[in-house]
Amino acid sequence: MIPTAYYIGLSAILFAIGAMGVLIRRNSIVIFMSVELMLNAANLAFVTFARVYQAMSGQIFVFFVMTVAAAEVAVGLALIVAIFRTKQSIDVDQMNSLKG
Amino acid sequence: MESNWLLFFGLALVAVVSALGMLFSRNAVYAALFLILNFSAVAIFYLLLSAPFIALAQVTVYAGAIMVLFLFVIMLLGAEQTGRTPSVWWVQPLALSMGGILLVETVYIIITQRGNLPAPAAPAPVFGEPITVGEMLFTQYLLPFEVTSILLLVAMIGAIVLSRPKA
Repeated sequence: MIPTAYYIGLSAILFAIGAMGVLIRRNSIVIFMSVELMLNAANLAFVTFARVYQAMSGQIFVFFVMTVAAAEVAVGLALIVAIFRTKQSIDVDQMNSLKG
Repeated sequence: MESNWLLFFGLALVAVVSALGMLFSRNAVYAALFLILNFSAVAIFYLLLSAPFIALAQVTVYAGAIMVLFLFVIMLLGAEQTGRTPSVWWVQPLALSMGGILLVETVYIIITQRGNLPAPAAPAPVFGEPITVGEMLFTQYLLPFEVTSILLLVAMIGAIVLSRPKA
């Protein structure tokens, strides 16, 4: 069995890459994908600790994270489509006013 | 034993390289495809961690439904190439260094606290089985499970309201 620290380290690396993606990229769809990557890294840590401590609650929580991610993507992409309709762009640098 | 390590490092390489590919690919469609590869690699990690039901949910919900929604919106908007360079020059180096600091700190903590993490024991035979997951979901976590349905309903109504053409 692989030591726990390796899985947690992989989770940390994926989370950091996701955080960098949110900060670097200007395309709001790619920013959304980076958020998904961060949620996924957190899920990996949850499943690892569920396995280590033999606690099923960790796996159950991953389901709720997945549900929240699905809801977030549905609403977020609808927002992006609505912003694209008014601004003709999804560049986050263009979104600088509260009322389009 | 050896094959386990080979599998872990091979998959870890695939996961990290595909995440970096998502980060640096110019085309949003390629970024989405890299992310699907990453999700599939993480699904195999779930299988290694004796969570088969989560692994399949990951493939169907994340790599399937969510990423199809992403690809659909990218192609609907024709937004593959937008957002090339930030308008302020110092954003990118600052973000890279901040992300680097975050990574170094977390890895440092994990390395120094490695001894405190217990080694995984052999799991009970029913651990992670779909039966166990279902039992917990419908007994101990029944209320959160029901609240989840309300969350999904709200998200659905929100998406419809937001994407409705203006009257």
